[in-house]
Amino acid sequence: MAEITMRLPVAPKAVAPSAPRGGEKHLVAPGDTITTDTGYMRGHGTYVDEEKLIASVAGAVERVNKLVCVKALKTRYNGEVGDIVVGRITEVQQKRWKVETNSRLDSVLLLSSVNLPGGELRRRSAEDELAMRDYLQEGDLISAEVQSVFSDGAVSLHTRSLKYGKLGQGVLVQVSPSLVKRQKTHFHDLPCGASVILGNNGFIWIYPTPEQKDEEAGGFTTNLEPVPLSDREVISRLRNCIVALVTQKLMLFDTSILYCYEASLPHQIKDILKPEVMEEIVLETRQKLLDLEG
Amino acid sequence: MASVVLSEAEKLYIVHGVQEDLRVDGRGCEDYRCVEVETDVVSNTSGSARVKLGHTDILVGVKAEMGTPKLEKPDEGYLEFFVDCSANATPEFEGRGGEELGTEIANTLYRVFSSESSVDLKSLCINPREHCWVVYVDVLLLECGGNLFDAISIAVKAALFNTRIPKVRVLEDEEGSKEIELSDDPYDCIRLNVVDVPCIVTLSKIGYRHVVDATLQEEACSLASLLISVTSKGALTSMKKVGKGSLDPESIFEMMETGKRVGKSLHIALQKILDEEESLGTSRQKVGFLG
Repeated sequence: MAEITMRLPVAPKAVAPSAPRGGEKHLVAPGDTITTDTGYMRGHGTYVDEEKLIASVAGAVERVNKLVCVKALKTRYNGEVGDIVVGRITEVQQKRWKVETNSRLDSVLLLSSVNLPGGELRRRSAEDELAMRDYLQEGDLISAEVQSVFSDGAVSLHTRSLKYGKLGQGVLVQVSPSLVKRQKTHFHDLPCGASVILGNNGFIWIYPTPEQKDEEAGGFTTNLEPVPLSDREVISRLRNCIVALVTQKLMLFDTSILYCYEASLPHQIKDILKPEVMEEIVLETRQKLLDLEG
Repeated sequence: MASVVLSEAEKLYIVHGVQEDLRVDGRGCEDYRCVEVETDVVSNTSGSARVKLGHTDILVGVKAEMGTPKLEKPDEGYLEFFVDCSANATPEFEGRGGEELGTEIANTLYRVFSSESSVDLKSLCINPREHCWVVYVDVLLLECGGNLFDAISIAVKAALFNTRIPKVRVLEDEEGSKEIELSDDPYDCIRLNVVDVPCIVTLSKIGYRHVVDATLQEEACSLASLLISVTSKGALTSMKKVGKGSLDPESIFEMMETGKRVGKSLHIALQKILDEEESLGTSRQKVGFLG
């Protein structure tokens, strides 16, 4: 039976900030003066104008000893060496692929930065160049690591490890890069039955946990078998939980996603996106995270 | 139309999911996303409505102006539709990019409202052959998140429900010249009867099954869609097939049946929310755009 719910819009009410750890956050808008003290070094998101340090983005001021920077809430991805990203191939060019990673410029994946099938180590030849499209086409998703950053800010990627490569069946969720917490590892096999890749660029990939670890796969063979219904339910629930956390502006990391998943179990999967259910689940998650810390 | 690029594996995942009646966001094949409706958002129109369906955001403004009736229908008023695809929705609509989609949607709306029973046009007549009300319906696409036609038709129905046309009287002088008099009371107005206004239901064929209210990702996996307009009593008033794929007659029949069923529920839910909003009256907190 079709289920259609219509509702009147409700003005979102300001959520009370969680217990302040280290005082109130200093929020600034572009053009706001952060400090007039000249002793500070300026970091990202700031500039100096007439001996005053002024913010160039809207966000919270972060101070580390003498370094002042502004971390924006909603921004394009700025590449750092060593970040894990999930990207989509937009173009296939000579000896390189252009990858869209939600940054200001398209990222680059050079042919010499990918693993050849079978793990061979040799110089890339003309045949390899012609076979590029057989490996990665326009629209394909890949997981990669940032190798270097060009002077204009464009990012160069590499998939030189077996854990990176072309991604198979799953669901992609796009969020703001500032909501993904930096951690030691971004590949998580959640105990609920699915795996998640938290790209630093805000692309979150949810996929069914592979049965056995294929050692020589490296992303060349895609598993095109239908995913069982139980896995699908877990993946859909995780996807909705991540959307709920993002709407309420909570940081995304494996523990917060897991707590949100557990809090959402009493509800039906499609109900998680209703505003009141979303608020309830995220409140419970926030409470559990605070209990974990304190 | 704004579209996303998907990998083959992602498309396969979506198609298999639809087969098992579990879409990516947990909905069934016949479920709609959460709809938010608000009327009377634009103050200088005769009626307006804003509808948010997932990531799709539509604003409709209705203005009633005096004009001359059409020659072939001298004792009726008429409706004019205009659709503006704003560049806010997607960069593809910048400049004249959105014109093609806008004219397609406007033509569909003309077709849907072309049947005589949808809106009582005779009530829009003031003086046969001389004066009538022309109702200009302007649709503005603020955000494109899949399923445009459904959201637009819901918004148009809500805006027409909210429209208040002032009552006029025609006085005739001794010399025969006619004068039009507007009543002094600003709340003295006629409302349009929207009971028979149809709503569009889009059914997208994905794999072997069809879904209602497709997101942008699901639209990228569907090769053919059927747009049908259904009244609240379940009667079909028009049908249109879009997409480059083909549909075989049996699936068309199944999609029609689903569309009629879903359409009836859609009308019931919409009428309920419009009545609820009306009953709140002036005490309703207007959210608008800066909520």
